Amino acid sequence: MANLAKFRRNRFASVLVLFFALAVVSIGFSGVNKLVTPAAAKIGSEESLVDKGSALFAEGCSSCHGLNGQGTSDGPTLAGVGAASVHFQVSTGRMPMAAPGAQVMRKAPSYNEEETLALAAYVATFGPGPAIPSEEQVNEWQNASVSEGGELFRTNCAQCHNFAGSGGALTNGKYAPSLGQATPLQIYEAMITGPQSMPIFSDETLTPESKAAIIRYIQELNKSENPGGMDLGRLGPVTEGLVLWVVGLGVLIIFAVWIGARVR
Amino acid sequence: MSNTTVNKKTPAAYNYVDSRVGFSAALKRNMRKVFPDHWSFMLGEIALYSFLILLLTGTFLTLWYKPSMTEVIYNGSYIPLKGIPMSEAYASTLEISFDVRGGMLLRQIHHWAALFFIAAMVVHLLRVFFTGAYRKPREFNWLLGIALLTLGLLAGFSGYSLPDDLLSGVGLKIASGIIQALPVVGTWALYFLFGGEFPGTEVISRLYSIHILLLPGAILALVTAHLLLVWTQKHTQYPGPGRTEKNVVGYPLLPVYTAKAGGFFFIVFGVTTLLGALVTINPIWLYGPYTPDQVTAGSQPDWYIGFLEGSLRVMPAIEFNIFNTWTFSPNVLIPALILPGLMFALMGAYPFLESWITGDKREHNLLDRPRNAPTRTALGTMSLSFYILLWIGGGNDIIATTFNLSINAITWFMRVALIAVPPLVFIATRRICLGLQRNDLDKLLHGKETGRILRLPEGGFVEVHEPVSEAELPKLLARETYPVWELPQKVDANGIKTPKYRRQLMKAKLSAWWTKGDLPIPTMKEIQSGQHHAHEALEQAHEFGVEPGKEEIVTSTNH
Repeated sequence: MANLAKFRRNRFASVLVLFFALAVVSIGFSGVNKLVTPAAAKIGSEESLVDKGSALFAEGCSSCHGLNGQGTSDGPTLAGVGAASVHFQVSTGRMPMAAPGAQVMRKAPSYNEEETLALAAYVATFGPGPAIPSEEQVNEWQNASVSEGGELFRTNCAQCHNFAGSGGALTNGKYAPSLGQATPLQIYEAMITGPQSMPIFSDETLTPESKAAIIRYIQELNKSENPGGMDLGRLGPVTEGLVLWVVGLGVLIIFAVWIGARVR
Repeated sequence: MSNTTVNKKTPAAYNYVDSRVGFSAALKRNMRKVFPDHWSFMLGEIALYSFLILLLTGTFLTLWYKPSMTEVIYNGSYIPLKGIPMSEAYASTLEISFDVRGGMLLRQIHHWAALFFIAAMVVHLLRVFFTGAYRKPREFNWLLGIALLTLGLLAGFSGYSLPDDLLSGVGLKIASGIIQALPVVGTWALYFLFGGEFPGTEVISRLYSIHILLLPGAILALVTAHLLLVWTQKHTQYPGPGRTEKNVVGYPLLPVYTAKAGGFFFIVFGVTTLLGALVTINPIWLYGPYTPDQVTAGSQPDWYIGFLEGSLRVMPAIEFNIFNTWTFSPNVLIPALILPGLMFALMGAYPFLESWITGDKREHNLLDRPRNAPTRTALGTMSLSFYILLWIGGGNDIIATTFNLSINAITWFMRVALIAVPPLVFIATRRICLGLQRNDLDKLLHGKETGRILRLPEGGFVEVHEPVSEAELPKLLARETYPVWELPQKVDANGIKTPKYRRQLMKAKLSAWWTKGDLPIPTMKEIQSGQHHAHEALEQAHEFGVEPGKEEIVTSTNH
């Protein structure tokens, strides 16, 4: 005891005591917390997907969509949007939204695939809506015809997403995004749920075979094979004109100055 | 034969031909012709060389291209379009791109050269405008140039339409809408051009004849006339030592100028080929064949039609019916027909308008420095700003997605800017020109600032000025002013009315506006005394021991 009393006046004593106190409080709190907190933080494999989704929903979505997904002034109701819609919005990182604006932007997803599926399963309980398409449905694109897909793409998609899926402008700051990052599953989900300004392409409008063909064509576009050289963003003549004036004519004028320089 | 002296040293074959064709005299006369040297005189050459490249590559393309709208099923080597019905025109363009050896490269060189052709004409036009090269005796050549530009636009648009891809089809659809907007004759004109309803089965083959026969022929003829006029009128030159209105200072055609110009042709061809080889232009295989039920986002014309695209996009939607029978659509008529008509008419009339306002009917072979014609320069930049704003308006969708802006906001901004920005540009340019003139005047009257500060024995500080160099003096002296047009009395002393008084009044007002803010031209005596003064100051500085570039500050030499 005497040794300890001697240590009392050591200059590190107070720091050590502080750390000890912090450790006691934090370990104690986490223990108590575990007992008090409901399912929200307690995700175990024994719970069903819906329960897990419910917890994630309460934590990350309810502030805008309401605790029961009924919608608030900040976000629409989710009754009837279906699992496919949730999976599309969350897996493309659009939900949760970074900031309100004319359009929600694609970004890195905040939830992993398991959590995304749980959210989708939970939201699907609010009311019937399009389900996440099955793997066979999505993978059908591998057997589809690319030229048929191109024809369907140009008829149904190119008017907003541009001829090469590079995206295009819509009204008041809204836009059709580039399809460069979209996975076959996400493209399928977008077609059946119609996110943001996009129309819904039901199976009556575009049969599953047609959807598969379109996905096939987009995969072809995303290979980015450019037989003509650099593609300039595949945006059409605007970037071509820019390159002509800045690079082409710029280089020629530099040469003209060189040739026109007086010989000394 | 007796009066022809045959040089025994020249080969017999040469003499044989020359005594029948007689070109040696013409060669002797013309090969020593002198051209002034300046990089800005080579901009028109870029256009000429691009045109030659277009003729060469275009001929190659005609060997495979089929100007037919007959529907065929594609069975070439581009897999994503296999089995798709399309016009023969589009199928043959795909064939050129994927199945003809070197076809893709030549197609892309042809397209890049077309963009170069018109861009070079535009920058050449700007050079001619801002230096006043269109003044007497070159007004006709200015008109020829404008005709060439118009033909170039038509040649470009007709060529852009030939592949019959989705993009060019949309362009043709817009063109058909513009034709229909013509009052009274619109519908008839559309049927005349397309041989029936849009798109019909005729338009591609008709455009083809126009594109490969009529327009290149007309361009070639006008280019020849353009160059012949340059040849006979001699080239203009910038003011400089030894250069006058009556001479041309430069290099002879042979060998120097021929070497330079010939070399430049290969440079232009080389740069165009590099672009054609490395950068995709008009990827028709991605656009797909044209069908009237399809359209792609970002449908744009090539850059030279971009200003019309912009004026169409920016124009508010005004349309009305007369007696509920005739649709009248100024929303298309004004931006797509009246505006370009007005622009080209003003461009053509400009040299005549200017000489009417300034009253200048003299011949000019020395060019103006842009600062020395502030009102003209300001009018030029003002028009240019209007044109560039139209360009931006034409690309509003690409700008919106690239910079995360609202396309509606851009359109509204353009509507305001097209009216507000050009006048501001006019005012700013004129002020800048006058400021530069003041600087020139200062150099003439007080010499050139050297940046060397001299402390005088009395304690005062002066900056040492040096006289303007012999090489720079002619440049500074080149400015001239025009007298303000004096308005005659409306009714003279005898009570007789001045004829055409209103026109005279307008001319007087325009003349006053033209010369507003002009600085007086210094007399030769003032300049000489100014230069002399600067010379003396420099001498004095040397006396105090200031050597140029050696010592920046000297203190008093009294000690």
